[in-house]
Amino acid sequence: MIEGLNPAFIFLLGALLVPITSGIVRSVIMLSIPVVALIQLYTMGLGVWGQYEFLGLSIEMTRIDPLARVFATIFCIAAFIGTIFALHVKDTIQHFIAVIYMGAALGAVFAGDMITLFVYWELTAISSVFLIWASRTERAYKAGMRYLIIQVSSGVILLGGIILYYQDTGSIAFEYLGLGSLATGVILVAFGIKACFPFLHNWMQDAYPEATVTGTVILSAFTTKLAIYALARAYPGTDILIPIGGVMTVFPIFFAVLENDLRRVLTYSLNNQLGFMVVGIGIGTELSLNGTAAHAFAHILYKSLLFMCMGAVLFRTGTIKASELGGLYKSMPVTTVFCIIGAMSIAAFPLTGGFISKAMIQSAAGDGGMLVIWLVMLFASAGVMDHSGIKIPYFTFFAHDSGKRVKEAPLNMLIAMGIAAFLCIAIGVFPDALYAILPYEPTYHPYTASHVITSLQLLFFAILAFALLIRYKIYPPELRSTNLDFDWFYRVPLKNLMLAIGRLIAIVWAWVSATANDAVQKIITATADTHGYGKVMARTTSSGVAVTIIVAVLGFVVVFFYR
Amino acid sequence: MPKPDDEKKYWLDDPKNHDKIFYGVLVICTLIAIPDVLSLLNILYHKHIEFEMENIFEFYSLYGLVCYVGLVLIAKQLRKVLMRDEDYYD
Repeated sequence: MIEGLNPAFIFLLGALLVPITSGIVRSVIMLSIPVVALIQLYTMGLGVWGQYEFLGLSIEMTRIDPLARVFATIFCIAAFIGTIFALHVKDTIQHFIAVIYMGAALGAVFAGDMITLFVYWELTAISSVFLIWASRTERAYKAGMRYLIIQVSSGVILLGGIILYYQDTGSIAFEYLGLGSLATGVILVAFGIKACFPFLHNWMQDAYPEATVTGTVILSAFTTKLAIYALARAYPGTDILIPIGGVMTVFPIFFAVLENDLRRVLTYSLNNQLGFMVVGIGIGTELSLNGTAAHAFAHILYKSLLFMCMGAVLFRTGTIKASELGGLYKSMPVTTVFCIIGAMSIAAFPLTGGFISKAMIQSAAGDGGMLVIWLVMLFASAGVMDHSGIKIPYFTFFAHDSGKRVKEAPLNMLIAMGIAAFLCIAIGVFPDALYAILPYEPTYHPYTASHVITSLQLLFFAILAFALLIRYKIYPPELRSTNLDFDWFYRVPLKNLMLAIGRLIAIVWAWVSATANDAVQKIITATADTHGYGKVMARTTSSGVAVTIIVAVLGFVVVFFYR
Repeated sequence: MPKPDDEKKYWLDDPKNHDKIFYGVLVICTLIAIPDVLSLLNILYHKHIEFEMENIFEFYSLYGLVCYVGLVLIAKQLRKVLMRDEDYYD
């Protein structure tokens, strides 16, 4: 492979071929891009390439270290799976934008300095919004606008933080920052927006469910995990991240229980999974950081798988509302099986990806004697069992039969789901393959009798709880509804405030312009009174009279003043 | 959408089988609870713990059950505060 070629450039240059090809050629190109990039990544090995001095700043385009490599690896795999899932799509814009977006996320992971990071950070925002707008609905357009405003703001805040940081330290290196100054605080907020910190999270629940069937699958893999990578790089061991992550694991699960749009349920579930990763970064030990990287890896696999299953259902039935679905196992049996594998994996059943990754973060909290966050994460694990482990497959494929009889998902979708499902189980059964590429020396052994049994106890008794709640009809029914979340504050009161301010400005402006108009009118009237036709200042006299007056004045002057 | 009449009957279509699944879950839960009894009697299995709390008999089982029921019941109450019409924002 080409020495020193950043694997992200393979995506960004490859994307240029997408609009000028079609059919099988385009499919082959799009599928080879992530494969070639992955090969390039591993043939390059670890190191630093593309260092330049630019306006006195040290730019470092390509830095591959173990942390960057594990995220880049899963990004390439997610790109490959997402591309297969979208092969049936004929929309050139979606394909082109998806490849650019994947390349931007990859480029950000390889950035060795924060200016390069900023450029890719904004590119992920600007490119990804087209995957939302590609739905071509009014709702998607508006949600995309809100998404774009928030995402671009994250980039602008990041840039502000970088400038402050440069003034403080004279460096723009993207290394450990820690929380110690205004600059690093600002950068943490920028990362926090993309990582869906509490109160900064609603862009995801708002926008992702409005994207296209295939767009949501691709979106779900990159943006938020890029933020997790950035946090793991710059803020490991930052204590504040532990409570932040803890809140993230808990509050979304309540919304996930209530939500009717199953793709929105998955975004809440995604938010909850990000919480585990943020806690891992906050704890900051080698075990917990390995846990965060492993969890991001496993999470992208099972979350893509679940989004693909729900995408396939939406594609075939035209709806993804739990209240309209049910009984689909009869017509989509293969998708059902894949969905159950994804659900078991996210719930962290033994022999799945979720089990071997989440356990590291849980154990790291235990090792540190952090009882509260340990109990919180255990509670959240029971919550995951509900909203993603049970609710998603149960209300889609089982529950009451909706009577919908559709065709099984298209072949390309089944292949994509099959690969993801296979990998979910493969890393669960052979965790060492994943552990080998983690940032730190792997010392963790997930398969101890105690760990397997305690996990199964937690999960099966959660299933028992569900069975009891359903049997005695206590489980809340799925209802067509909107559930208010934090975005209410900017979609209702803030919007009304802005409209009121707008009206106030209009009133003030009307007054100012009326008053000014009035004043000008008065000046015109006054001028007309004095200088108007026939008025005192506008009277004209004949030249004969004028000459007579001048001669008279001259005569007067000559007679009285001449000496 | 009306269900086609000539469709084949699935095992899950019979409500009696729903009971079977429920009892199946009960059996699995009983089996998975046994190791804690063994641990209590110090036979074969010994629970590896990090916190004192884990020593509570059937800690994980009870925690899973209580958390799950609590979560659903609290969420159900939250609906009263948070739920609006589907087209609330439109």
